[in-house]
Amino acid sequence: MWGPARITQGLLTDSHRPVAFQFDGQRMRGLSGDTLASALLANGQRVVGRSLKYHRSRGIVTCGPEEPCALVEVCRHGSREPNRLATTLELYEGLEVESQNRWPSLRFDAFALNDLLGRFLPAGFYYKTFMAPGLAWERLYEPLLRRAAGIGRLAASKNASHAPAETIHDHVDVLVVGAGAAGLAAAQRLGLRGLRVLLAEEDAVLGGGLLLDERWTPWREAACQALGEMANVGCLTRTAVIGAYGHGVYAALQNLTPAESARFGGLRERLRVVRAKATILATGAIERLIAFPGNDVPGVMLAGAAHKFLRRYGVAVGRRPVFFLNTDEAYESVFAFAAAGVRCGGVIDARMASPGADRARALGIDVMAGATIDGVSGRRGVRAVHVAFRDGSPARKLEADCLLISGGYTPSTALASQLRAQLQWREEIAAPVAALAPASGQMAGAGRGVFGLAAAARDGGSAAQTIAAQLGYDLGVAAEPSLPPDPEHTLISALWEVGGRGKAFVDLQNDVTCEDVRLAAREGYEHVEHMKRYTTLGMATDQGRIGGLLGAAVLAQARGLSVAEVGQPGPRPFAQPIPFAALAGAEVGAHFKLKRRLPLQDWHEAAGATFANIGLWLRPLVYSQQPGWEAVLREARAVRTSVGVTDVSTLGKIDVQGPDAAKFLDFVYANTFSTLRIGGARYGIMLREDGILLDDGTTSRLGAEHYLITTTTANSSTVLEHLEFHLQAACAHFEVVLTDVGDQWAQFAVAGPRSREVLQAIVTGLDLSNAGFPFMSAAAAQIAGIAGRVYRISFSGELAYELAVPAQHARSAWTALLDAGARYGIVPYGLDALNTLRIEKGHVTAAELNGNTTAEDLGMQRLLKKNGDFVGRALSQRPGLSTPDRLQLVGVRPLDPGKRLRNGAQLLRSAGNHSSLGYLTSVSAGAAIEGWVGLALLATGRSRLGQRLVAASPAHEEHTDVAIVSAHMFDPENHRVRT
Amino acid sequence: MLRICCPWCGVRDEIEFRYRGDASLTRPSADAPLAAFTTYVYERPNDCNWHLEWWLHVSGCRKLLKVARHTLTHEIRAVTS
Repeated sequence: MWGPARITQGLLTDSHRPVAFQFDGQRMRGLSGDTLASALLANGQRVVGRSLKYHRSRGIVTCGPEEPCALVEVCRHGSREPNRLATTLELYEGLEVESQNRWPSLRFDAFALNDLLGRFLPAGFYYKTFMAPGLAWERLYEPLLRRAAGIGRLAASKNASHAPAETIHDHVDVLVVGAGAAGLAAAQRLGLRGLRVLLAEEDAVLGGGLLLDERWTPWREAACQALGEMANVGCLTRTAVIGAYGHGVYAALQNLTPAESARFGGLRERLRVVRAKATILATGAIERLIAFPGNDVPGVMLAGAAHKFLRRYGVAVGRRPVFFLNTDEAYESVFAFAAAGVRCGGVIDARMASPGADRARALGIDVMAGATIDGVSGRRGVRAVHVAFRDGSPARKLEADCLLISGGYTPSTALASQLRAQLQWREEIAAPVAALAPASGQMAGAGRGVFGLAAAARDGGSAAQTIAAQLGYDLGVAAEPSLPPDPEHTLISALWEVGGRGKAFVDLQNDVTCEDVRLAAREGYEHVEHMKRYTTLGMATDQGRIGGLLGAAVLAQARGLSVAEVGQPGPRPFAQPIPFAALAGAEVGAHFKLKRRLPLQDWHEAAGATFANIGLWLRPLVYSQQPGWEAVLREARAVRTSVGVTDVSTLGKIDVQGPDAAKFLDFVYANTFSTLRIGGARYGIMLREDGILLDDGTTSRLGAEHYLITTTTANSSTVLEHLEFHLQAACAHFEVVLTDVGDQWAQFAVAGPRSREVLQAIVTGLDLSNAGFPFMSAAAAQIAGIAGRVYRISFSGELAYELAVPAQHARSAWTALLDAGARYGIVPYGLDALNTLRIEKGHVTAAELNGNTTAEDLGMQRLLKKNGDFVGRALSQRPGLSTPDRLQLVGVRPLDPGKRLRNGAQLLRSAGNHSSLGYLTSVSAGAAIEGWVGLALLATGRSRLGQRLVAASPAHEEHTDVAIVSAHMFDPENHRVRT
Repeated sequence: MLRICCPWCGVRDEIEFRYRGDASLTRPSADAPLAAFTTYVYERPNDCNWHLEWWLHVSGCRKLLKVARHTLTHEIRAVTS
């Protein structure tokens, strides 16, 4: 046996396999199969941490995921993972943990002073205390509170290499949550009938409460073996279902054992997204706390937890336990200790008589009926328990080294509540149960208040029958197995709080006392949700599972209501803490989000481009790795003076075909497309139905019933959805087919005065002369021998073309273009130069089409057609959208050409004036224009042309005198694009 | 999370669809007064009840579906194309 407190052979531990670990630097040994908690207890370690607010010594209180106190930091490869539960952390060789929330050490903690000052630190004290004087907050209070606040420290090590977590999707007929008597019985019946079942159990072993009763060992082993042999049943241990999202979708967190983790390259957990046709919630019940002064002293533990430590790990939490209880279920723990040869210091039973008490007395155990606790001696550990009697009998003092308490069992309703189940109070268990709508699933066993293993097993079977019937299966009549009978028990008498001097805790992790709850009620935070937030009851990592109901009961008493009337705070996902890494799954690092690669991505990279993330695209910003404007302006000036080429394949392209194509475009565009000649292109704007601009772009007519829409890169999917919605909702009788061809075509803009000459070298089958192929034309042509399309459109303000080729030919067409342009000094240009060119020209992009602007704001009111209906027509004519004080598009130039402009700078009348008239939306150093150029949205902007204003950028402490000019700053006559 | 049974693709997760609003409304005719369009675009009763709504299956068949969903329970009663 390893450890002084291990007195017997545990069900889960292997006494031949010792495991070495460290706690706060102290070397200890446990057994394979231990949790950290059982190993610490076996080594006699009682204090395992300090509490959040008062820094009181705390020990282990439970034996499972409901643990509020025994939180530790796991240290591994220089990283620290805080808030791991000692009660679920499985021991492995070399495990290093440290206790939390103590400074400088677990034995001596400087902040324990808070405990003495507790009178001055009630709930909500921080709302009232740290108010004045003003500067004291940031200089004094906040640094102090930051030091004191929070639990545990997170430290990620840069060289720690963890495999990312996995996300697994399970599709099953029935999800069974919880593998106790009810869950095992249900899964077995459903599995036998051939249904696909997933059984999820958060414990490391299947069995739940069955594990504590030897009589059930054969049944449990048979059930586990049968389930293991069914190919249609998956049994997951260490898998907690933590979120229920409706429509049969659940999230479960699966923790891997160290051995599994090693096999999967360091993978520590999996997030399982379960989609189930039906669900059985067999989530069991959780033993609850009783509030009395000293109920947090190390050594005070839930009776059921002590029973589990004894049975599962062979560890006796004390050699002289005293019990304080009010249910017969808790007597099982008394009997287990007696059977293990541990002498009981006495049983304090709040009730006058019960079958449990009779059985205990028959074993020679001292049972004090109708008694209650009158205090606990000991600060770092229980030394004695004081007993008072309701009938006035003389008080007693019991020597003890641990106090095992049980306030009854509360069904776990968190998942059911997430599924909108209403809670119904059940007096016979003094707890609420969830009434789940049949469509959401079935509850079974202790989770719905059916206590007793045999009763739960039968209940699981009938839940299976109901679920199977819902899914159209008949399970037939179950053979009634002979199950070990449940012990006789009397009803619980609700016991919440025992008065007395000192702090009686309802939430051990957040240090919330009964007095805090009453204070909340006194101060008007009467609603259970308000009380929760005011006191932080139930807001810690344990979600108040052992004390939540107790807190509600104390509130009910303070308000003179019943617990049922007060209700419970509504739980939300997640029911348990989940590491961010598990939620992120594999979507980290390079896989953080999807990447769309241009057909020419490799070429751009090889050419030394700097890339920018534009939506999901990686787009070349400039073909240089040097910061600054030099390379950008070199590219832009090449376009203005000779010729440049840029990759515009990211533009959205939507193919519109059908007899009603023209009619449809007239409906979705604010301007007219039915009049567009075949072989023509036209700039168009689309409005949302509320009259605001949605998107712009050129649309070409390739045939009588065939159009091609181009959209901005940013809006390509939005526009497609917009078109599909209107086509199917309002134009369902139109014969039109929309096809997204964005990825099928690579598209290049060739711009500059020499662009025609470059094209003439590689385009065949098309007369490119100004007369033969004028501005705003579109045609099919051979491009370097590739069947493609040529459009004469211009975003840069120069003579320009866009060439489209099937994406797989992008490289050949691009190379041919560069070869043909070499004699004119053709340069590839990136998004920055493109932006410079369009700002000079006054063309708008997403910065101006920002979801607030109208056609009139951007000076495009002449495009709105006068006849015929179109999306957004009616509401674009609202009076409010054409008031003169609206922000309108203008150009902005600094008076001093040496001064730069800033994106987002506010336009003011003068430097001292703080009322903004508008703001800059796009700025750039000029290529053809000397100095900086900008576009702005300015109140009554068109009437301010020629005015001088100040562009203020407080973030840069800059005030720049600017002139307001027409947005069309370069070639306003549009001469260059037409030559 | 909603799971919507697309008549063309089968049961799919909500993230495959894009919500497009109230499907019980009809777009006013071209000669309707401005007020009719204001009502059509902005005014919603926001009932706690069955709600007929448009869902566009953008990551599937791209069909526009009419879904009858209960706004309180999220139960889906019918999906039509």
